[in-house]
This record gives sequence, C-alpha cells and structure tokens, in this order.
Amino acid sequence: MTTSAAAATKRSVPGIVFWSILVPLLNAALHAGIFIVLRDAQLQPILHAILAILWGVGGVYTIYWSLNLVIELYPEKWKRRIQPFLFIGPAIGLLGWLLLVPTVRTLIMSFQDAGSSKFVGFANYAAVFTNRLLLTALRNNLLWVVFGATACIVLGLLIAVLADRSSFERLAKAIVFMPMAISFVAAGVIWKFIYYYQPGDEQIGLLNAIVVAFGGEPQAWTSMTQPWNNLFLIVILIWMQTGFAMVILSAALKTVPEDILEAARMDGAGEIRIFFRIIIPFISGTLLSVTTTIIVFTLKIFDVVMVMTGGQYDTEVVATQFYRQFFMYQNFGYGSTLAIVLLIAVIPVIVFNLRQIRKQGEI
Amino acid sequence: MRRKSRRTGSKTLVNAILAFICLIWLVPTVGLLISSFRPASDILKTGWWTVIPHREDVTQDRIQLPKDTDLRQPIEVNGNTYTDEQLRSGVKAPDGSTLIWENRRGRLIDVQKPGWTMSKNFTLDNYAGVLTGKTYVLKQPDGSERTEKGSNMSRAFLNTIVVSIPATVIPILIATFAAYAFAWLKFPLRKTLFIVVIMLLVVPLQVALIPVSNDFAALHLNGTFLGIWIVHAGFGLPLATYFMYSYISQLPKDLFESAFMDGASNFTIFTRLILPLAVPSIASICIFQFLWVWNDYLVSLIFLGGQEDVQVLSMRIANLAGSRGDAWHLMTAAAFVSMLMPLAVFFGMQRYFVRGLMGGAVKG
Repeated sequence: MTTSAAAATKRSVPGIVFWSILVPLLNAALHAGIFIVLRDAQLQPILHAILAILWGVGGVYTIYWSLNLVIELYPEKWKRRIQPFLFIGPAIGLLGWLLLVPTVRTLIMSFQDAGSSKFVGFANYAAVFTNRLLLTALRNNLLWVVFGATACIVLGLLIAVLADRSSFERLAKAIVFMPMAISFVAAGVIWKFIYYYQPGDEQIGLLNAIVVAFGGEPQAWTSMTQPWNNLFLIVILIWMQTGFAMVILSAALKTVPEDILEAARMDGAGEIRIFFRIIIPFISGTLLSVTTTIIVFTLKIFDVVMVMTGGQYDTEVVATQFYRQFFMYQNFGYGSTLAIVLLIAVIPVIVFNLRQIRKQGEI
Repeated sequence: MRRKSRRTGSKTLVNAILAFICLIWLVPTVGLLISSFRPASDILKTGWWTVIPHREDVTQDRIQLPKDTDLRQPIEVNGNTYTDEQLRSGVKAPDGSTLIWENRRGRLIDVQKPGWTMSKNFTLDNYAGVLTGKTYVLKQPDGSERTEKGSNMSRAFLNTIVVSIPATVIPILIATFAAYAFAWLKFPLRKTLFIVVIMLLVVPLQVALIPVSNDFAALHLNGTFLGIWIVHAGFGLPLATYFMYSYISQLPKDLFESAFMDGASNFTIFTRLILPLAVPSIASICIFQFLWVWNDYLVSLIFLGGQEDVQVLSMRIANLAGSRGDAWHLMTAAAFVSMLMPLAVFFGMQRYFVRGLMGGAVKG
C-alpha cells in the first residue's frame, strides 16, 4: 500500500487531470449506453429482467469503484479532502434532487396557479380550507389519525400485555403481526370479502352474512353509511398496523424490571394500578415514538382508500385528493398545496426526531 | 394455594381473550386464501365460509310437474296445493321438508330437508388464469356460459422483481457509503448534512412527487425501470442512511486505527471491513426496503404509469379491484400471489424483519 501511495505522489499533474476527466465521462457513456440498449432491445422478458437487475445492482458499485481509483491517484493531502465527498456525494445528490429541492419547488408551486405560470398568493390555501371536497379530505384525515392511530396503540398495547401473560405468546404475536408484511392493495382485496354488499339474504361478504344471520338488513358498509364508512376503512388500517405497535411495545414491556413489579405487588397494588402507575410511565418513551410513527403513517394514507372506494362516497383523504388534483385535473397549485399541508402536519414529528437524536448525542 | 388457582384462572381468561383476538386477525386472510381456490361462479354465489360443514336445507328429491301446469292457479304437489308465490320463496310441506322452484319454467320443484353440507368445489383455475393468462369457460349463475380471458400477471410478477431488487440494493449501498463517511470521515458541513438527512426521514413523499415527475418527463425517465429505481432509492435513502449510521458509528475506533496503520485506504476499509461487519444490519434494512418497494403502490402508479409491459403487481391488482368488480376470482388469486413474497420473507426472516421495522419506526 505504501508503494502505491508513493507511486501516486509521483504521478504527474496532467496525468491526474486526464484520468479525472476520462473516468467520469466513460462512466456516463457506459451507463447511458446500457440504459438505451436495455430500453430499446426486444429481448426475451426473463433475459431482459436478469440483465436489468445485474446492471442495476452492479452499476452503482462500479461507479464508486472506478471513481475511487482516480482519487487514489491524487496526492495524500487532496485525497483525504476529496474522498469523503465520493462517499457521501451520491447520497447527497439523490436526496437533494429527489427530496430537498422538490420540497422547496412544491412550496413555491403551492403559491402559483394550476399551470404553475403565475403567482396567486394564498389563494390555493384559501381554496383548500373552503372547497367542500378538500375540506372533506381534511376532516377524513383527522378521523383516520384520531381513530386509527388511537386504536392501533391501545389494541397493540392490550395484545402485547395479554401475549406476555399467555401460553402462546410467539404464535399470537406472529398472527397479529402478519398483516404488516402484505401490501395495502392486497389488504384491500382481503377486506372487500368482509364488506361486500348485495341485497337479499344470500351474502358473500362476511360482515353482512353475520348481520343477516342475526336478522338485520345487509348494509353497503363502505359506501352508503356515510360518514361511518370512513370508520370501516379505518378498521383495515387497524388490522394492518396494530401488529407494528404490538411488537415494539411488547419489546418495551420486557424491559420493565421484575423486582419493581414484585415490590408493588407486595405493597398490595392491584394489577390495573400497577399497569397505569408503573408500566405505562416506564415505557412512555417508546409509546411516544410508536405513536408519532403511526400518526405520520396514517396522515399519508392512500392505498386503502384508493382500492376500497377510489375516494368516492365522501371517503377522500388528503393523499387521494392530492393524486386526483395532480393527475386527473392537472392542477399543480392545489396538488402542491395539499402536499404542503401534509408537510406542515409532520413538522412537529421532525422537531421531535431532531431533539431525540440530539439527546442521544448522535450529532 | 388459593393464590395459585386464581392465577391459573386468570391465565385461562387471558388465553381465551387472546385466542379470540387472534381469530379475528386471521379470518380475513383465511377468507382470501379459501376464496382463491373456489370456482368463479361459487365465489359470487356463496360465502367462502360455506366450505366449513354447516346445516342448511339440502335438496333431497325433485318433483317434475306436468309441463302445462298453470302457474296462475293453485298448484298441486303431492296432494297439497300451493301458490306460485309460495313456491318461489319456499314453503313448508306437512312432512317438514321445504318445497321450492328449482326451475320455474321447466316446472321442476326441489324438495329440501335440513342437513349437514359443505361446499366442496375447489379449483386451481384462478391461479392458472392469473399466472398464464389462460382462457377458460365461466359458468354464469343463470346457467349460461361465458369465456373469460385471464389476466396475465406473470409479466407483472417479473416486473415487480426487476423493480424491487435494484431498488433495494442501490439505496442501501449508497446509504452505507454515506453512513461510513458521516461516522468516521472528516469533511466540512458534516453535521449540517446529517441534520438534513434526519429531517428528511419523515417528509411525506407527496411533496416531492410533482417536481420529480416533471423532471422525469423532461428526461424521458417516466415508465422506465431506471426511473423507478432512482425514485425508490431517493425516498429510501434517509432511513437507510440513518439506520446504517447508528450501527457503523458504534463500531470500536481501534478497528479503523489499526487498519489505517497498515496503510489501508478508506475504500479498502469500507469494502473489506465495514461491509462484512455490517451484514446483519444490512440484512435488516434490506428486508424493510424490499418489502416497502414490493408493496408500494403510489410511487409505481406515478412513475411507471399505464404501460402494461412495466406495470407491477400492486398496480394490476388495484386495476382489477377498481375496474372489473366481477373479476373476483382473478383478484383473489392475484392478491395471494402478490402476498407470497412478503409472507415468505416474514416467516423466513422474522428476526431481521422485526429489527428493520423497529429501525424504520422513525420513517414516515
């Protein structure tokens, strides 16, 4: 290694400049070439898939590797300055292009008209908070957060506590956690079989079959029971997300020291009192972070509504309304404003995260 | 002694409540699984739970009336008379059986008696329809037949794999490089840039969609695999960087110093030392990112668009669920096919999965 470092210092300046220009150019040409060939070639689908995966996985590594070869040519002092930027450069570049700059651009677009051609001040914001459709979306998002998030946490905690004392903890946790792994789209299909409605006594939706069996009238749960239909959609979220809360809270419960609990029992405290006075305060940190995670997740809910009702029957939420404004009406002004409303809603969580991390001394 | 018995009593109660909750949690998925193996006409006619043995009126016998029976007059069956109205909704005969029209025009009556029954028709046709696009004959509830083309999802399955694997590997490789630099290298603006990464953790991706989609349209990246890899990489990066940082920054300092003493460059340290050491963490975040991409719908919807040859599973299933309300048989099988991969990951690598998820707790 020392020899190669010595060799590097000996290398001439024109040589370094030559390689510093050639290697990035070669990289750009090579990958642009592969992209065009793969896009235009009429290959057998499986072969195409294999080639695409190989390129996608290997390409990024070869870019790092080849650029690093160039940097190794530089004198030691420069190498130490430039190398960190090779390491973080792609990450910062992607984040800047795909998240940071777009956030600013969306913010600007939220003050412009539908075609982003002239500034309209706060008109879009005024519309979001007065237009009936958009207001419904805001109201529904609030319903999702209040009922969905609360139910996930409460049920998750309940199941975690029950599982802790039961004789089949692992099995129960796996069952409740499993929906976490599947997509909201698949979950939507699953729940269509629960909520399906047709008139008459023969029902293929489970919920209506139960209602009919008890002598009730079948209901069109996700469409006609406004505004309660939102709650039936929220149940799907609860079914999927409770497992997440349960797993994390269950891990936190296990950290409560047994001797504190024993001492409290000796003093004659009941189980319920112990739960609220000792266990809850002990896991409050975890409880808070799980709550914020689920709230952030719930705020952006999209797939469930899209698959179950498409946003009809007053089930529109901010994310579906965003999609509608953006894609169907091409109204970039409203679309951007809705995205910014979502962003404002998560700002407290951003602040909370930063504080948490500063407390842990990670920065 | 008394205390112990009270404990076991409460344990039984806990077990019972938990078992009930688990049952509720399982029923929806089981319903889908069973439905996906039922013939299309059965799915639309009876609930999936009819595969469980249950008591129901079962047809024991059939009575053929003369073809010229006048339906407007009282109809005589086995010595008793009934009206057409009664026979349509079913009527009790004196011997306890129920009489109901099987075929009113053919003047055929079913004699039903309560008995144990279960629906026993199972088929693999739904899966065949979804996986190979094979055409098959569908029996309508009214007896007519209709040929239906299955929708070929094998292409969508392949596309989902082509999207998911690079969209997992690329961001995690980039993130691990960045995490190493953030943890162990010195460069200007290090803290500021890291704070930016933390801030981006929960930024809803909706704020990025419109501008990025405009950029992609200008670059002709919409509807290409490269385009969707890039967006998934960008949206997955903050979490992956943060997750890898929290692991790499906790490695002992001596490790690097001794490697530096031996004259190893940062790149060698990274590839020979960090990557192998970080394998468990990388596995966890990989699983999280992989499932995230596999299950994603919104990003694919916007950046892959309507072209059939690049569409992924979630889009095809959502289309089925939205546009063809009657394609239940295809929907069930397709949904289950899309769930195979996540469920395999879930049951095979539960430990890594949970860890990735807990790390992902901060992601929005």
